[in-house]
Amino acid sequence: MASNMNQSAEAALVIDDVVKRFGRGQEIVTAVDHVSFTVKQGEFVSVIGPSGCGKSTLFNIIGGLLGDYEGAVKIGDERISAPHPAVGMVFQEESTFPWRTVIDNVAFPLELQGVAKSERMDRAHHFIDMVGLASFEKAFPSQLSGGMKQRVSIARTLVSQPKILLMDEPFAALDEQTRLLLGDKITQIQQQLNQTTLLITHNLTEAVQLSDRIVVMTYRPGRVKRIVNIDLPRPRTSDVVGSDAFGHYVAEIWNDLREEASRGMADSESAASRRAAHG
Amino acid sequence: MAETFLRRRAPELFGVATLVASVLVFEALVRGGVVNRYIIPPPSDILLAFERVIVEEHILTRCRDTAIEMIIAGGASVLVGVPIGALLYRSSLWRRAMEDWIGALAAAPIVLAFPLFLVLFGRSPKTIIVMGFVHGLAPIILKTVEGLASTRPVLINVGRSLKMTPSQMFWKILFPSALPVIFTGIRLSWTFVLITIVGVEYLINLGGLGQLINELAERYDLPGTYAGICFVVMVSVLFFVALERVEAWLQPGR
Ligand SMILES: Nc1ncnc2c1ncn2[C@@H]1O[C@H](COP(=O)(O)OP(=O)(O)OP(=O)(O)O)[C@@H](O)[C@H]1O
Ligand SMILES: [Mg+2]
Repeated sequence: MASNMNQSAEAALVIDDVVKRFGRGQEIVTAVDHVSFTVKQGEFVSVIGPSGCGKSTLFNIIGGLLGDYEGAVKIGDERISAPHPAVGMVFQEESTFPWRTVIDNVAFPLELQGVAKSERMDRAHHFIDMVGLASFEKAFPSQLSGGMKQRVSIARTLVSQPKILLMDEPFAALDEQTRLLLGDKITQIQQQLNQTTLLITHNLTEAVQLSDRIVVMTYRPGRVKRIVNIDLPRPRTSDVVGSDAFGHYVAEIWNDLREEASRGMADSESAASRRAAHG
Repeated sequence: MAETFLRRRAPELFGVATLVASVLVFEALVRGGVVNRYIIPPPSDILLAFERVIVEEHILTRCRDTAIEMIIAGGASVLVGVPIGALLYRSSLWRRAMEDWIGALAAAPIVLAFPLFLVLFGRSPKTIIVMGFVHGLAPIILKTVEGLASTRPVLINVGRSLKMTPSQMFWKILFPSALPVIFTGIRLSWTFVLITIVGVEYLINLGGLGQLINELAERYDLPGTYAGICFVVMVSVLFFVALERVEAWLQPGR
């Protein structure tokens, strides 16, 4: 236990020189290129980068869904090559089970672990409350909005109390207002649980609103361009979005990101014109 | 109030009205001599024949016989078809090898093969049940494969991230996700089963509702024959409405 405490002040998650290539021969795409950073116990880190820079690939590697990669993702001394019980994943696409009610969705991981029904319902209830869906426990996903379904997914991941919460653009499909308010919810939860969190996003305000640190990625091949510390006070709410410091951070990171995003756009434009020339 | 009720029920009312209108048109055509009444009896005669058919022809026993055959054949095609579908989903080689054949089986007019089945199983309910089963099998297999294969990849990833075993993955994610499509297969299959069962009963003059129609036709009781046919149609409509209810009840929230 004591040694655990010592370590906990250190890194909960180490990403060490990770490389992932897809395809072979002439057609090799390097999706993730020598990426290294760490996430400390209780820290909220965001990875931000333009579309196609390898964020989801990194997410899948850390989650253990993509076992074949170079370098090492480590939790403690363990190199990840398959899903690890300490990691809980929230996916980019909507991922609730349409045939289960909200509470049965959230209790699902506990059901797999063989937790007794009454305890499982209690624990599910607790996390449903936490994401603010208490009055929808008996509802089916088809009766919920997109934002509510994402909250169900988050509660379902939190219920098994993962050491590390890993989220891939969980709010990408939502409008800006909903996103800011859900951001508040996430901040609250993270502070309540002291939850170590790695958030993948392409949304700048979201990243600054939520994070302790932001890892800025380059566009193809996906490298770490810069790591920015966000020294905004905690506890935080979406009110920080209006502050000067917030604007300062957004501007600073946008400076880095703009270059990458425009490279990405130029890339897809030239690909499109090549296709047009061929077709 | 009355107006909204009418508007809400408009499709049903329109359907009933169309039916009544076409019955009246037939009545007029037959009575006017445009249609030969020895080919199509006037609808009013058919309506009157209903009582006779129901009272004198042991209709309940016949319904029961057909229903029992239906339940055995339909049940067997589900119990055999779903596991075969699951196996085909698992093995892409089998799937590619078999899918076209099973598709052909679904499209084949199996009723015409009744002499073969007659030789194999004799003039008994066994023949009827086996033929119904064979005809009902293909749609369930195909729809089971389709349903399992259309499971959203992200749901499978959720299962992988939770370290689910293959059997948990099947029973807790793949199967429930495929269920609506499998139900479509069951509805399709049971339509085939019913057609085959009533058809074979008619052809080999044995058992339930199909035989009833055969007997009435051989007695040249045309209004009775048509009443029998209408009765079968009505029973099957009721059956499939009930099936839809069961389906909705089994899958709340979809
Ligand atoms: N299974 C795969 N096979 C081949 N190439 C892949 C595969 N998965 C991803 N790639 C490629 O790797 C690159 C990074 O993809 P990835 O999905 O990680 O990007 P992303 O940053 O998550 O983008 P977005 O923000 O749009 O979700 C892309 O160029 C993509 O074409
Ligand atoms: Mg992505």
